[in-house]
Parts: sequence; structure tokens; C-alpha cells
Amino acid sequence: MAIPLSYSYRNLWTRKLTTLLTLIGIALVVFVYTAVLMLDNGLKKTLVATGSDDNLVVLRKSATSDVLSILDRDSARLIAQFPEIARNSEGKPVVSSDAVTIINLDKITGDGMGNVIVRGVTPDTAMDLRRQVKITQGRNFESGKTEIIVGTSIAKRYKGTQLGQKIKFASRDWEVVGIFNAEKSGFESEIWGDVDQMMGAFNRQAYSTVTLRLADIKQFPAFQSRFQSEPRLNAFEPKNEKKYFEDQSQGLGTFLKVLGLVITIIFSFGAMIGAMITMYASVSNRTVEIGTLRSLGFKRRSVLLAFLLEALFIAIIGGLLGVFLASFLQTITISTINFATFSDLAFGFSLSASIVVSSMIFAVIMGIIGGFLPAVRAARLQIVGALRGE
Amino acid sequence: MKFFRLILRNTLRHKLRTSLTILGIAIAILAFALLRMVVGAFYAGVDTAAVDRLVVRHAVSFIFSLPISYMDKLKTVPGVEDVTFASWFGGVYKDPTKFENFFARLAVKPDNFFKVYTEFQVPPDQFQAFLKERNAAIVGKETAKKHNLKIGDTVSMKGDIYPGNWDFVVRGIYKGRDRSVDETALIFNWNYLNEQLQRDFPARANKIGWYVVKVHNMNESAQISARIDSFFKNSAAETKTETEKAFNQSFISMYSSIITAMNFISFVIVGIILLVLANTIAMTARERTTEYAVLKTLGFKARHLTGLISGESLMISMLGGAIGLFFAIPIAKGFQTAFPTLFPILPDPKWTIIWGSLAAFAVGILSALFPAITVSRMRIVDGLRHID
Repeated sequence: MAIPLSYSYRNLWTRKLTTLLTLIGIALVVFVYTAVLMLDNGLKKTLVATGSDDNLVVLRKSATSDVLSILDRDSARLIAQFPEIARNSEGKPVVSSDAVTIINLDKITGDGMGNVIVRGVTPDTAMDLRRQVKITQGRNFESGKTEIIVGTSIAKRYKGTQLGQKIKFASRDWEVVGIFNAEKSGFESEIWGDVDQMMGAFNRQAYSTVTLRLADIKQFPAFQSRFQSEPRLNAFEPKNEKKYFEDQSQGLGTFLKVLGLVITIIFSFGAMIGAMITMYASVSNRTVEIGTLRSLGFKRRSVLLAFLLEALFIAIIGGLLGVFLASFLQTITISTINFATFSDLAFGFSLSASIVVSSMIFAVIMGIIGGFLPAVRAARLQIVGALRGE
Repeated sequence: MKFFRLILRNTLRHKLRTSLTILGIAIAILAFALLRMVVGAFYAGVDTAAVDRLVVRHAVSFIFSLPISYMDKLKTVPGVEDVTFASWFGGVYKDPTKFENFFARLAVKPDNFFKVYTEFQVPPDQFQAFLKERNAAIVGKETAKKHNLKIGDTVSMKGDIYPGNWDFVVRGIYKGRDRSVDETALIFNWNYLNEQLQRDFPARANKIGWYVVKVHNMNESAQISARIDSFFKNSAAETKTETEKAFNQSFISMYSSIITAMNFISFVIVGIILLVLANTIAMTARERTTEYAVLKTLGFKARHLTGLISGESLMISMLGGAIGLFFAIPIAKGFQTAFPTLFPILPDPKWTIIWGSLAAFAVGILSALFPAITVSRMRIVDGLRHID
């Protein structure tokens, strides 16, 4: 017969301080664990949202990011003539030839400079191509002018990038005429302007990449075979934009995950030991009680279960507390350097159902490991000895 | 002394509990120390930067290159002793997703780069061999060890910044002057890079990444920097000149949120140790309430009892701390050998030990605080009546 559940949780009440300390310990560990997973998820979400499924990026082969890619004007013109490309309402092909560079800007906080991506885009079609970009303040830049629009995360963090102000780079003054958001994607960490103005200012002869939208995603094989059979485009390759931005998240993602998980594993040892100490104490304090239970006819198995449940209660409550606290992190935005592009990227913590589940599983495992050995000791007590309190 | 024996006996009463607590503290202090070392590793480059070197880079950002023609102009700036340059080559070596395959590759001015960077020590005969061959390279000791490179071996890379296939022949292996020097870089002759560029991408040829200027008198660094920048003002490529220290610092500031997070987490760790130890001490003190009442009856004062409790707490925390720190440095060294490119430089372990001990000490005192106050305030009668 099983020992009633209430026996287990009432026991926790009697030792409030110890229970609370152990619980906080587990909650802290689960908090950190959840935070790491949320950060990785947030990073992926940001970069995956940057790409669209029916968009293709054409880069130079072996260029790992658009900053490193070089694509000459002739090739760009050639690509824009491919028949598989979608057309906008004016009948123009939905293509943007981008010139991507990095500039240094001073942070508002005053602690040094950051690297910011400046993307020169084709004025008319870039907005058709990246549908997630929406101007929230001001207006779009005009073609042929030294005007720029700034992503919201840049406008929040860098000096001189607010609406109406001017920043100087490449020996010209650029006026900020608009602020845009882009559904929390990586574009929010960029500055956009007219590609021809940018190339003139930076004295560049070639674009970085060409991005285009297919009229129909099913035409990708046809596009690719046409692309590959064109000898003048031999040095380039088209990539699915979503996949491309996903790859960009890998270096930083792995770094954050490895660092975070190593820390959590070490943490969890601490929490498990904490749970173990509490449970051992709770067993040794209740030797007589356990003897009584056993002499009343409860099986060793039931005693084991009762103590394991006690540990599980602590773990589950601690786990819930940890996840609850971590969910508040969703309001925080982190900006750090992305190794793939060597520029600043802002992203947030993002909670998902699967993260909650794995955090709770993690908490339960900590509870089981921490509670198992003490529970075994409780179950193995001899009735007579236990009743004497030995 | 009598007290010490009493504390020792008390500590050994619950051997299992004490050893679990010590183990917990040891693991946490180990994690704390490792994190401090990682944070320190970020800053190691700043602390060891030479003060008599200035870095001249493109004013817009470091991804823009400067014309090679600036070389002669820089030499004429008063106060400048020597000028060398380097370009970041990048490149893809083996599987690029593995950290160990990522190390700095620099194309440098071959004849005087190692004269300016005296901390990279190359045997003279190897240096002569390096000068004689176009595609010769000198690699750091750690990278040579990790990838099993010997003199005469070829290192093949695919270019990303500079497209094409590149083969370098190892002609030398450099050692750091002291432990703070990055021993993972691959350094090769810039002329090799430039010749290929002249052939394939003439528009990108004759450019370099940044100049390194050695000054006669380091106190004049600020004036010389200003002089250089005003010299190239309004030219096609304006420059930004700063000391090497400031240059390195600007790289670290890009990682500032990661560093902040690690700092934060290292203090959360201290919080967790605190919980584990506080739990043990609170539990122990409660079990011994009757004993403490007896001691009080015998005439022991509150301060004696406080001493007993905090002595035990400190003994456990310091022991755990010592064990953790004892393992921290070998583990950090192991990490470094396993991933030399991730942590090219390890900071001075002295600070890790000081911080770790301080953390253990603080935790020991804080854990004892609450139980000690309770026991000191307790009335003897209540203590004797206490039933656990």
C-alpha cells in the first residue's frame, strides 16, 4: 500500500527554511538553464525571421557572409534578367543588389563603439523583397539622395541615428529620414540607404550580394539549373535566404549554448547536492517515524516512493519558479557581436513550449537524482533499529 | 586551540553531510574560478598591449583597407620609429565549424613585423628561411601542436575575404615571450597575397588592413596619433589612430553583453553556494539547539557560540574553496590546450585565487550569520526544551 501523498508534502512544511533554501537553489539552476535555451531560441528566431522562404541570396562561393561577398555589376544585371524572378506591381523584377559594409558608431551609453551593418539596397524593390520591413517613423529614403533609414535596435543604441539627425561616414553626411522595424529580425540591427549612393561614397565598384524573390518557390530547381549552366556566374551560388541566415546564427549560437550549458551542468551539481543534503537530513531526523511506518505494514517500496516524492515536490515547485522567473527575461534585448558578420546584432530571450517542457524535465531529473540515495537509505532502515532511533 | 578541536569534531559529526557540502562548494568555486578566468582571458589582450605601439586603421571601420602608399608618409611623421602593417586574411581551414580550426591568419610586412612585435619570438634561421620564400608562413607554437604542423608542411586554405586557394609552407614556429602572448596565429608574407590580387582583383591590390606604428617616446602617443590623423584628413581614406591598448579594448567592447552575462552568472554561482552551505549550517544548528543551551548553561557566551558556528561554516567553505581552486587551474590549462584558439591567453591565476578565496570566505561568514544570531538570542530554557 502506498503512503498518502499528503505525508510527503506536509513533511516539507515542517522544515520550512531548509525546504525553501533547497527550492531556491533548484529554481536558480532552472532559471539559468531556461535562460540559455531562451537565448539560443531568440537568436535563431531573429536570424531565421530575417530570411524569407521564397527569397534567394546570391553570394560568391566560399563567402560565409554578405560582408565578405563580392558580386560585380555585370553579373548582377545578368541575374536580374532570369525569368523565374517575381515581378512587383509596376512590373519590375523583385531584386535588390546590396552593398554591405560595416561602420563604427558611438554607443549612446558611452562605452565605446560598435560595428553596425550598412546595407545599400535597390531603392524601388527592396521593400517588395523584404516584406517584414515597415517604416514606423518618418518615411523611406529617396533614390539618388544621401538619405538613410535606421533599424529600431540601432536607433535605440547609437548616437546620431535618431530621426532627423545626421551621421557622417564615407566623407558624406547622411540624413536619417526614417526608422523601421522588421518583425524583430536581424534587419532591425542595420542601416539602409540607396545602393548607388553608398557605392559612390565608399568608392566601391562591386555589390556584395544579389537577393531576389522567386515568383513561385517550386521554380527553384529551374532557377538553379539555369544559374549553373551560365558560365559567367560560375563564381557565385544562390542560397535559400532563410537557410543562409540560419547558418549565420551558428557560430554565436554554439558559443552561447556551449558556454551556457557547461555552466548549467556545473550549477545542477550544486543544486542536486543541496537537495541530497536536505533529503538525507530529513531521513535521519525521521528515523523513528520511518520505523513506525514500516511496523504499520508499509513496504520498503512505499517508503522509498514517499521520500522520492518529497524530493520531486521540491524539484517541481523549484522548476516552476525558475521558469516563471525566466519568462520575465522576454522583455530584455541583448546585443552582441555576431561572429559570422562581425557586427552588432540585437536579439531577445524567447520562451517556447518545448523549452518549458525541457526545463521541467531537467528539474525533475535533478529532484530524482538528489532524492534517490536518501530515499534508498530510508527504505533500507531495519524496523527494530529505526524504532530505537539508531 | 580547544575551540578549534571542538569545531573540528563538530564538522566531522555528520561526515556524509559535511563531505557533500564540501563537494558542492568545491564544484561551485571551480565554476566561479573558471568563469573569472574566461572573463580575464577576454581582457588579457588589453593588459598586455604594448604602450609604445599605435594602430592606424581606416576611419570608417576596420573592414576598409588603407593604401600601401601611406607607408612612406607615416615614416616621415615626427616621433615615429618604425612602421609595419598587417592584413586580416580570414580564410577557411579544414572544417570551419570547429573552434580549433579558427585562428588568426595575418598577411604582414615580412622584413620588420617581428621587429615591431618582439613578443613573437622566431629563431633567426627560421626567420631567414621565411624571408626567402614567397608563400612561407610562421605559425604559433600552439597551432603547430594542435594541427601537428612541422617545418616544411603545407597549410592549404580557401579564401573567403580573398577568394581563391592559398597554400602556405610552414618555415618557422614562433613562441611567445611570456604566457600572455597569443601562440595560435599564422603569419605570412603580404607580398604573396598582393601578387595574387594584382592578377585576379587588381582593384583590391596594394591595400593593407592596418598600420602599426612604433613610437620613440610613448608619452607622445597622443600627439603622434593626432598628427597622423590630421595628415590624412580629407584624403580618400581617412585614418583613425589609437594606442594598441585602446584598439584591443574596442574589440572587447563588442562582447560587452556576453562579458556582463558571465560576470552576472559568476555571482549567481556564489548565491547557489551560499544556499547549499546556509542550508547545511542552519540544519546543523537546529539539531544542536539543546547542546548550545547546555553550553550556555555552562557559562559560554554568545560570542563563543557564534565562533563555534561560524568556525564550522568557514572551515567547510574554505576547504571546499581550496579543493575547487586546486582543480580550477589544471582544468583551465586543459581547456586551453584543447581549444587554444578559444582562449589563446590565460590570465594570471593569482587573481582567480584571490577572488575564489574571497567568495568562499564571504559565503562561510554569511551562511553562519542567521543561525548564529538565532542561537545567540535563544533563551537557555527554550533551548533545553527544544525538540527537533
